Amino acid sequence: MMSEHYYDSDHLKGFGNIAEGSPELAKKFFDYYAAVFAPGALTEREKALIALAVAHTVQCPYCIDAYTTESLQKGADLEQMTEAVHVACAIRGGASLVHGMQMKEHADKVGM
Amino acid sequence: MKPVDQLALIASSTRASFPEALAKAGWPSLRPARLEVFQINLGKLCNMTCRHCHVDAGPTRTDAMMSRATVEACLRALDQTPAETVDITGGAPELHPEFRYVVEEARRRGKHVIDRCNLSVLLLPRNDGLIEWLAERHVEIVASLPHYRKRNTDAQRGDGAFDKSIEALRLLNAAGYGRGNPERLLSLMMNPAGAYLAPPQRELESEWKAALQRDFGITFDRLLALNNMPISRFLEWLQESGNLEPYMTRLADGFNAAAVAGLMCRNTISVSWDGRLYDCDFNQMLELDAEPPMTIETFDFERWQAREVVTRGHCFGCTAGAGSSCGGATT
Repeated sequence: MMSEHYYDSDHLKGFGNIAEGSPELAKKFFDYYAAVFAPGALTEREKALIALAVAHTVQCPYCIDAYTTESLQKGADLEQMTEAVHVACAIRGGASLVHGMQMKEHADKVGM
Repeated sequence: MKPVDQLALIASSTRASFPEALAKAGWPSLRPARLEVFQINLGKLCNMTCRHCHVDAGPTRTDAMMSRATVEACLRALDQTPAETVDITGGAPELHPEFRYVVEEARRRGKHVIDRCNLSVLLLPRNDGLIEWLAERHVEIVASLPHYRKRNTDAQRGDGAFDKSIEALRLLNAAGYGRGNPERLLSLMMNPAGAYLAPPQRELESEWKAALQRDFGITFDRLLALNNMPISRFLEWLQESGNLEPYMTRLADGFNAAAVAGLMCRNTISVSWDGRLYDCDFNQMLELDAEPPMTIETFDFERWQAREVVTRGHCFGCTAGAGSSCGGATT
């Protein structure tokens, strides 16, 4: 049944059902996803904290819930997770501000 | 909440069947392995009242304390078994009047003795000199510490618990504990401060060692990570906070077939304060007697080894992730 509101938390549990429209692409995606989060040059916790920060940048509530739990289960705590969110925040804020250079250059160009 | 109500709540919170999960993993029944650990729960008296406690222990629980006669029966039963380790727990076992007697008798029999310690109990005036006494008898201390940061520990154990733990750890270090000496083993046991699985203990151990050394100059020998069991006070918290069903789903979804062989119910005998026998400390708290029910007074080792382990939905707590036991991860 269709939700009466956007962002239903049950969507995350049913994420696998996205395969219905294209099983091949879903398999490729989920295999790739699992490989990305496997331990490698970065630890699972480092990857979970990066995912948590990115989740805040892309403002995905599913990802925020999922990677909050995942970060905790990989041994991160609230202080580390909050710092990760501030990294996302700083990059977002910095990205806006650094565009100010384009604004400034354009203002200089068109101004007298 | 009464044990029978806890069992009903656990059963209603998940559709997953533990026997089915076991069977699918190639374990049609759960039978004992070699008995290694003789675990004695001296009672529910404790100087602390922790939010995650599965024992419902506290300072007023003098109603549940093992008698001297039951202690003697434990020692007689111990002599029938090949168990190398005597694991003394509670409550805070150090508050029990027979604690030192049990330690002495187990050591006299050449057993490795574990004291499951909440750390703060070591600071009570009545326990002056206890650390040195334990050190002289080569007793391993397995100390609960939810986290190496104050905030995370106090959230679970109450304000001030972390500072007391650090003070006690310093005293243990001063007595030679936690410095790589096998006769002064200091193990720390952590459990998550919420409704999620324990982190991987091997990866965490080096981080904990570095952090406690850096911040407090404290050393320890090994870290054990334990999942929180959906029992007693933690079960009530799960229900009140709306976390029960998601947590049970997390435990069941996290079923790890590789964790079954090392389950503590297979290598441990768990004796309650009143002398009843259980497959593990968790079954003990849920009053799920071993099958058939047995007491320590009439202990028969062959009968014990011939039983089948009693399981319910809470057992998913021991098979989730890296597996979980009183000895930490089981994989």
